[in-house]
Amino acid sequence: MLRPNKSRPRWHIAVFLAPALLLYSIVMVFPLLDTLRLSLFSSNGESFVGLSNYQRLFTDSQWWPYFWRALKNTVLFFILHMVLQNPLGLLLAALLDSKNLRGRSIYRTLLFSPTMLSFVIVGFVWQLILSPTWGIAPAISEFLGVRYRPWLGLESTSLPTIALISIWQFVGIPMLFFMTALLAVPQDILEAARVDGASAWQLFWRVKFPLILPTVGIVSILTFIGNFNAFDLVYTAKGALAGPNFSTDLLGTFFYRTFYGFQLQLGDYAMGTTIAVIIFLIILFGSLLYLLGWQRKVVTYEL
Amino acid sequence: MVRKWRWKFALVSLLTTVLAACGGGSATQAPTTNPNRVTLTIESWRSDDQKVWTEQIIPLFEKSHPDIHVEFRPTAPTEYNAALNSKLEAGTAGDLITCRPFDVSLGLYTAGHLTALDDLPGIAHFSDVAKSAWQTDDGKTLFCLPMASVIHGFIYNKAIFNELGLTEPKTVDEFFAVLDKIKQDGRYTPLVMGTAEQWEAATMGFQNIGPNYWFGENGRKALIDGSAKLSDAAYVSTLKDLARWGDYLPDGFEAVKYADAQMLFASGKGAIYPAGSWDISYFNQNAKFELGAFKAPVAKANDQCFISDHTDIGIGINAKTAHMAQARTFLEWMTGPEFAGEFSNALPGFFSLSDYPVSLKNPLAQTFVDWRKQCQSTIRNSYQILSRGEPNLENELWRISVGVIDGTFAPEDAAQDLQKGLDNWYKKP
Repeated sequence: MLRPNKSRPRWHIAVFLAPALLLYSIVMVFPLLDTLRLSLFSSNGESFVGLSNYQRLFTDSQWWPYFWRALKNTVLFFILHMVLQNPLGLLLAALLDSKNLRGRSIYRTLLFSPTMLSFVIVGFVWQLILSPTWGIAPAISEFLGVRYRPWLGLESTSLPTIALISIWQFVGIPMLFFMTALLAVPQDILEAARVDGASAWQLFWRVKFPLILPTVGIVSILTFIGNFNAFDLVYTAKGALAGPNFSTDLLGTFFYRTFYGFQLQLGDYAMGTTIAVIIFLIILFGSLLYLLGWQRKVVTYEL
Repeated sequence: MVRKWRWKFALVSLLTTVLAACGGGSATQAPTTNPNRVTLTIESWRSDDQKVWTEQIIPLFEKSHPDIHVEFRPTAPTEYNAALNSKLEAGTAGDLITCRPFDVSLGLYTAGHLTALDDLPGIAHFSDVAKSAWQTDDGKTLFCLPMASVIHGFIYNKAIFNELGLTEPKTVDEFFAVLDKIKQDGRYTPLVMGTAEQWEAATMGFQNIGPNYWFGENGRKALIDGSAKLSDAAYVSTLKDLARWGDYLPDGFEAVKYADAQMLFASGKGAIYPAGSWDISYFNQNAKFELGAFKAPVAKANDQCFISDHTDIGIGINAKTAHMAQARTFLEWMTGPEFAGEFSNALPGFFSLSDYPVSLKNPLAQTFVDWRKQCQSTIRNSYQILSRGEPNLENELWRISVGVIDGTFAPEDAAQDLQKGLDNWYKKP
């Protein structure tokens, strides 16, 4: 394979690759490189300033605290998804995988349907549910004996609330991944384990879970990429200023405000693209860590 | 990226112009008998007002100026700035340009897209405050004609006031006494506002009551020339007042949005609504009870009062227009009483900025505009010059006002914080 055919160059490979490569270059590679280029220029785009935009972002007292806060919020947002969304997805998948459950496809469809809703609708619906004026949350929490607070509006609770809404919306994705992986576990192995006297608990943790471990990695990295790009739900529910007191400011909203401007704040292309490049590097580094540190080491059983 | 967008916009605007020219050609030319009739086009973001312009304002102008035809061509508000820029650069923009206040329009003037208007006849009918939004920083050149402003104040439910035997408060003490009475009664929300969107707290709160503390334009200009600081007593007192609002706002006001507050008040569940005059038309349509309005309270009875009379919209002339003389004729007409009356009545809550007395058919709007006779007008203090750096003063005012109302910040610390932010970048001229 690696030895090229001496007589004819294989043009067809290039021809087949060209459309995808071209499209990908135009919509992905070129904007990415142009973003990188813009981040090395001054705000009016006229003079080359090297890495000084990055230096400003990391040292200037007007940039670093804002960036650091957005980064911390994003990390918390990601941790909440890892701790709640993915285990919940696994639990739901395991339950739906049980043969005794009736109406499985109905549950599956219902649990997955929020994922297909627009974030605008999700943001709007949850704001209404939680609204102190019109919402049903005050009545429900009274019924449950929980003190109602305007969770979306308080500095201490608004970010976790947004994260929970996002988890509600996207739990279907890890669920679907885990379900597919569980379906692929061969029946004969499970039967052999049962014959050996394994309980359902042991069956799951000792047989099924090790077999779906590669999926855990894929789900984690998708969550990571999704969360570090997150923007839309905060934007719909809290606006680009991500209040109160920037408590819901994610890297995405921080970037948006900087690049496009906000109210009287004019857009700053140089600093905006600088933030975009940093977000890109974080995601790149995280993905590499996953590829080298996890995907290569985790044992994939050939069944 | 930016350059590419410009191209795209230029292309799109070119296409729409061509299409419009093909499709609408016969309609626009039909009534013309005069072969010298010239067509002027207005660029604007006020697509909401299209009907008012095409059915009321423009016909009025054309009646007295038969040889000029005017077309109103709005763009969506969020796209206006970018689309206008690309049209101006591509040379396809209309003859008349609706101006955003302050830096956006100043940028257009510096780039040579707008003409100076200082010698426009009729400009003397506009006050310095009205002109300040469309002048160069040195105040020497005017590049847009002030068109309309919005005024802040408080709208109240007259039925509730009558029921509880309340009268319009004039001083700060009276204001809080009224709020206390409504609260004691317990059936109505005393003050209807949320802080979820942040701008309400700064705009309807801070900028509404503040001018009485910092004495309007005096205080605003003192901030710019550096003789006053945001940590001064005037600002601490404003924030202290604002901090007291928290007790009277609806339950869970932290998550109450602007539209929620509007609906809450319109449904008759609240007594007082901190307002911008643009709210008038919404309440006229949706509130089923009689409305009254009072201006921001002053410290002591008979003190000079100040109102936020914020310049929001102006109009200028495209420097490259082929019909400069006609464009100036139109603007000159806009400085007159005919336009002032028609515009203010067609769009209640947007008030003409010329000094001609206007009688409004909408009593609530009339109440608002009457305050101009007793009080001195000022604009929002963060709009001119002071929001050019990081951290952005306007954004900071939003954040701080919310934090003061919900108790996150003490007013004194908050004022210090505001000044610290300004000190970070602002060098007085």
